Amino acid sequence: MTGSSSEIIVALAGQPNSGKSTIFNALTGARQHVANYPGITVEKKMGTYRFDGRKTVVVDLPGTYSLTSYTQEERVSRDFLIHEKPAAVVDVVDASNLERNLYLVFQLAEMGIPMVVGLNMMDVARQRGLRIDIEQLSLELDMPVVPTIGNKGVGIKELREAINQISKDGDSTSATKRADLRQRFLRLDYGAALEPVLGRLEKRLSEDVTLATRYPLRWLALKLMENDSEVQRLVREHATNKENILSSVAREREVFQAEHGEASEQAIAIRRYQVAGEIVEHCVKRGKEEHRTLTDRIDQVVCHRVAGPIFLGGVLFLLYYLTMKIGGEHIAPWAWKYWTMLRDVIAGILPAEGLIRSLLLSGIVDGVFAIMNYLPIFLILFLLIAILEDSGYMARVAFIMDRALRAFGLHGQSTLPMILGGVVVGGCAIPGVMATRAMKDQKARMTTIMIVPLMNCMAKVPLYVLLVSIFFKEHQAIMLWFMSLITLGVALIVASVLSRTVLKRQESEPFILEMPPYHLPTITGVIRRAVERTWLFVKKVITIIVAVAIVVWIFITFPGLSKERTAYYDAQAEEATNAFMKKLGKNNPYAKLLAGTGLKEFGQYWDRYKKKKMGARSKEEKDALNEKFSREHPEFFKIVNKGKGLDGKKDKYAKKVYTAYKRLDKTLKRLDTARRKETVHVSFAGRFGRFLEPVSQWAGFDWKINIALASSFAAKENLVATLGTIYSVGEESGDTLAVTMAKDTAQSWTPVHALALMLFVALFPPCIATLIMVRVETGSTKWMLFAATYPIILGFIIAVIVFQGGQLLGLTALQVMTLFSLFVFTILAATYFVGERAALKKQKTFQPLDHATT
Amino acid sequence: MTLDEMKPGNECRIVKVNMGGVVGQRLLDMGFMPGTTISVIRNAPLMDPIDVKVKGYMLALRRSEAKGVEVTSL
Repeated sequence: MTGSSSEIIVALAGQPNSGKSTIFNALTGARQHVANYPGITVEKKMGTYRFDGRKTVVVDLPGTYSLTSYTQEERVSRDFLIHEKPAAVVDVVDASNLERNLYLVFQLAEMGIPMVVGLNMMDVARQRGLRIDIEQLSLELDMPVVPTIGNKGVGIKELREAINQISKDGDSTSATKRADLRQRFLRLDYGAALEPVLGRLEKRLSEDVTLATRYPLRWLALKLMENDSEVQRLVREHATNKENILSSVAREREVFQAEHGEASEQAIAIRRYQVAGEIVEHCVKRGKEEHRTLTDRIDQVVCHRVAGPIFLGGVLFLLYYLTMKIGGEHIAPWAWKYWTMLRDVIAGILPAEGLIRSLLLSGIVDGVFAIMNYLPIFLILFLLIAILEDSGYMARVAFIMDRALRAFGLHGQSTLPMILGGVVVGGCAIPGVMATRAMKDQKARMTTIMIVPLMNCMAKVPLYVLLVSIFFKEHQAIMLWFMSLITLGVALIVASVLSRTVLKRQESEPFILEMPPYHLPTITGVIRRAVERTWLFVKKVITIIVAVAIVVWIFITFPGLSKERTAYYDAQAEEATNAFMKKLGKNNPYAKLLAGTGLKEFGQYWDRYKKKKMGARSKEEKDALNEKFSREHPEFFKIVNKGKGLDGKKDKYAKKVYTAYKRLDKTLKRLDTARRKETVHVSFAGRFGRFLEPVSQWAGFDWKINIALASSFAAKENLVATLGTIYSVGEESGDTLAVTMAKDTAQSWTPVHALALMLFVALFPPCIATLIMVRVETGSTKWMLFAATYPIILGFIIAVIVFQGGQLLGLTALQVMTLFSLFVFTILAATYFVGERAALKKQKTFQPLDHATT
Repeated sequence: MTLDEMKPGNECRIVKVNMGGVVGQRLLDMGFMPGTTISVIRNAPLMDPIDVKVKGYMLALRRSEAKGVEVTSL
């Protein structure tokens, strides 16, 4: 895909921590977009720039140390280079870590694509006293080398120029020039032991037309000698005499091992490092090296046996505090004001009543805004995570936590996703699931994604608080602690079971993790990443939330009340209105004003006034409010102001209207609530709730709870809201939901009911938004469905055990809770030992080399 | 002896990487060559993984992986 000369594609490769993303940003600026490679979850970032009249598309390949076929990232990079054939590849090399980075340079060069080295982090190298002879390096590598400092934009222009030049040479019409260019990059001398073998294989491969036209043969030969399973697959798929080729490769490998006492892949890697070492020796002069770098000194504290975990605790607390406390309790409510203003604007545009309004407003707008409420929190969170990632601290978190988590099939890198999900009460599963993207170990990553939703997200907390305040008045704090401990315990057990069963076949990666030097994150880099992630969330979630909100709305609204019942409620309302008019008396001057549509107009005025009045705090505010409403409608104002005009003059007729209307208002609101309650009762959701009752009663849930649980699927905050509707917390009584629910459940509910419900909600499936992110991060609808269903089954079983056990043994909720936690922690301990034993066993029977290679 | 038996603060030289498959390849990719010097910097707070310095950079690896690296103490 070299394309026309007006547009070229350039791949950007590099090892992790080489500052590749800073180069990518500096090259492409704001013109970027993110996608995924088809079928997998590896991020594919693309950006463009113009140089010399040519549009250049830069594709950011995942950061990898090597180009084997063992990891998804490496396979993606290789496949892109082999199949998309970019016009050039830029390898971003960490100048302060040249030897290891050259190892990748050689492998990229073997793929036969014109190449430029961006020698990055020159400032760090200089600080470490390294002086690099760039001309010599370029000469020895036989490719352009451009010194850069990505985060300061140094060398970017030169890099663009080099890319332009080399890709021009690549498109050159002269075949000899092209072949020459290709040849130049293809030779790293593998020495007397390997070269003859490679030559023989190359010759054999060249006899196959398909292979010879599609792939660089020397690369194929090398990969086959490295026992690369993907290239073996390529040969099997495309070569006509595949058996022949593969058997001769196997023979060559055997002979090599026998003759040299080492596997050919070892010899290849060793040779690459040997050449890299030689080049470094020629090109790099070491000045006086700092004895202990700043990173060493920081690590002495941050990775210390005692201070390390304390520091980690502090960092996580700060993260939690800044997002959930500052973000959740201050910034989100502040932003919420603007969301509600926007909602009011939308409400004003919509038709005053009817189904369309109800659908658009209660269905879509409220559904979307419920999620948008979290946006500021996400933004802060993603900013902080980007800072942690760029600073290099994340690798230390994994280092400290790995031992505690690996026995459960998790990884040191699972720490952050779990904390974000809400190990301590009050996280959110969405950023938790998104944060797993940094994990390279696919198996641990999938396990983490599956258990993060079991943590206690912010939206589950209101239900806990509600139930605890009704049923466990004396033990509120203990109960909340219990909930967070028990969910963590259950999540770890689940992780351990999943990683040993359904996730068993997922790719696992060894824990070999570079601890990069610390460095100061750049502001633009951090902001860019945070905005990118927040946007990804918005983009993915909004569309689906809209669809789900519509479905939920339909389920709660339809089929609606029967004609008779509607007529009944209408008649009741009319009767109350007539009584009101009668009460005003014939000679009341206001009667005329309120006749017909006037009453409705007044009703809206009344509601608005009451609402504003509640919000007004100071006397000045109230005065201003009165003046405004009086100006709008002086007569109405006299009524709502209990018969007094703005001038203070009393009007007994208005006073009379006020008293009568207050009663009417109460009656109408009560009727309205009753009507809504009945609508829910007969709705599809209500039927569904009652349909499930025979089963759900095993856990102590009646149909009302069932509906609330079903509605919380869209967003967890619906749970308490729906309970509010069902228990008809009306304006008429002024009671809070807690009081109404306490009254309603007084006879039928015991604390054990509440405990079972809390446990079920704790494990209940993630909300739709989380499931969407699970879909994004796993790249699979199957896993999304799994994440949606297993918690229902697990939660229900636990709720039934707790409820039935509690009832049967006649225990109090506290006793049940104690027993249940003992049970969970016994299993947890058992799981840990089984996990550790398995790890030890693996350690003893590690795959010996000769088995692996033959 | 093997790398996991080394105490923090000591240096050793790699004799051989005794592991194949993913782990072996990854160790090779990261520069674990016969003759390479490794200094063991520290243990994690729970004693596993370990933090080592190799070819001028820092690397953490689990003891189960370090077990596959045959070394001689320096």
